[in-house]
This record gives sequence, structure tokens and C-alpha cells, in this order.
Amino acid sequence: MTLSPLNALVLRTSLPVMFGYLPLGAAFGVLFSELGYHWLYATAMGLFIYAGAGQFLAVGLLANQATLAEMAVATLLLNSRHIFYGLSLISRMPNRGWRRLYQIFGLTDETYSLITATPLPANIDPGQFQLRITAVNQLYWIIGCTLGAWLGSQLEFSTAGIAFVLPALFMVLTIEQYKHLRDIRPFIAALTIGLGTLLLISREQMLLIAILLSLSALMMQYAARRPRKEPDA
Amino acid sequence: MNEFWTLSSVIALLAGVTFLTRALPFMVLGRVADHPLLEHLGRFLPPIVMVLLVIYSFKHDVAFSLNFLPELGCLLLVTVLHLAFRQALISIVGGTAMYMLLVQMGVG
Repeated sequence: MTLSPLNALVLRTSLPVMFGYLPLGAAFGVLFSELGYHWLYATAMGLFIYAGAGQFLAVGLLANQATLAEMAVATLLLNSRHIFYGLSLISRMPNRGWRRLYQIFGLTDETYSLITATPLPANIDPGQFQLRITAVNQLYWIIGCTLGAWLGSQLEFSTAGIAFVLPALFMVLTIEQYKHLRDIRPFIAALTIGLGTLLLISREQMLLIAILLSLSALMMQYAARRPRKEPDA
Repeated sequence: MNEFWTLSSVIALLAGVTFLTRALPFMVLGRVADHPLLEHLGRFLPPIVMVLLVIYSFKHDVAFSLNFLPELGCLLLVTVLHLAFRQALISIVGGTAMYMLLVQMGVG
């Protein structure tokens, strides 16, 4: 079997993502299997949702019996970090129609970085390359989720404590946010608001209340520091 | 059957919300995304949400007592590993393995 130059490039480029997505997807699958649901649901989540942190959060929300509204708000805010960097891709996506829709659906952190960071030789069509990279990455993820969930339902050894992958993942994302932002204030504010809500207001509704409090604080801060410049002309 | 409908609605909802956040920059024009309030929120909301999610994961355990020490210790391990190697997988697996060890030895 010989690979076309396009497919060879796609496989070579996506190899690091494979090494990331297979084990991380499998970790999600094992965690998901703790909930006691059929492993096919883990496959369905990889197929239809396809979001690393989002799927881990979903396990936590399902385990805590969160309401649908709580799930929607939490996921929306978790993903809010993505909203801004998609803008830089608009002019670099040649595909149209279903190909474009699928590419937007599959725009994970890793796919984004491969698409923006890989220099293409002249004989490679950018649209085809982007589409295949997106599809191959999702395939790695679905295989990881499925294997993990299936293995998790078969395993004999004790998985007690494995739910720690969730806070561990969020801790890693927190550190990445700090490296990016280099400003300690929002982290201290969040710690104060989060613990305050949990200990003083409500344990069950902690996430929603703390997020709303943070959002109000940010808006007030924005209103307060914004320079007034109305009657200019 | 009940389980099927519950999980299907959860999956459909999360699929919709996730797609929405990915499609948003392609739908709104640059002008709206440039609004300074959105920039302000886009800058400070993500780090706040991450910290809140860490706390949320322990919402049934957080307390000012020694019982919470294993969780704090393992979070610290995740932090140290991540600052040292900056490989998400190493940090997550290292911290989780340590926590599982502690829990299964009866410490957690």
C-alpha cells in the first residue's frame, strides 16, 4: 500500500496528536465507565461532542446529577476560551459547505495548532489537508474514548480515586491560563468567590452562583475603569 | 430506556453548546468581537472558570480539616509536575496515580 503525498503528510503531522488523544480519550472512557453506563455512550460523546475538557466536565456533572441548565452554562463557559481564537482562522479556511461546517465542529486546540502551524508544500491542497487533519484527529479521539470505556467496564483492578483526573485536568488548564495571562488577580478573586460560595452560600448550586458572581464582578470592574468620552465632537 | 433518553438529551445539549462556541467567531463579524467588554471578559473569564472548576470538583469534600490534605497534596503534585515538564499527560497521570494510591491505602 502506498500513501499519496497528502495522506502521508496528514499522518506524519497528526502523529503527536495521536499520542495525546489516545491516552487522554482512554482516560475519559475509564472515568465515564465509572458512571455505569454502556461504553457506546462514550463513543457517542467522542463522535457528537468531541471536546476534551468538555467531556471530562460532563462526567463530573453527570456524577453530581446536575440539571440540564447547569450543564449548558458550565460547558458554555468552559468553552468560552475558544471563542476568541477562531477569528484568526476565518480567512485561512478555503473549504465551503459541509466541509467547512465539519471543520468548525472539529476545531479543537490541537487541530487548530496543526492547521495554523504546518507549512504546506505547493503540491498539497490546503482545504483537503485541513479537512483530513480534522477527521484523523477526531478518529484518534473516538478510538481512545471507546477503548477506555470498554476497558473500564472489563477491568478487575480497583479504580477508586480515578475521578481525580478531573481536578487534575482543570489544574493543568489553570496553570496554562496563568502562563498565558501572567496576572494573579483573577485567580485570587476566583479562589475567594469559589470558596466563599461553597462554604457560605450553597454547596449544590456552587458552580452557577460563583460564575454569576464572577461575571458581575468583571462587568462592574469594566464599568468602573472605562474612560468616559461621550461629548467628544 | 430512561437512561437512553437522559444520556441522549445530555449528549445532544452538550454537542449543541460546544458547536455553538466553536462556530461563534465564524458567525459574528469582527466588529462585535472587538468590543472592549467582550475582550475584557475573554481575557479574565477563562482563568476564573478554570479555578472554579477545580473547586467544583471537590464540592463535597472541601473543608478546613485534615481530611482534605490528600487532595491538596495531589493538586500540589500536579502543579509541580506541570511546572517541571509542562506535559499535560504527565501532570494528570502523576497526580491521579498518587491520589488513587492514597485512597486505596485508606488515606483519602
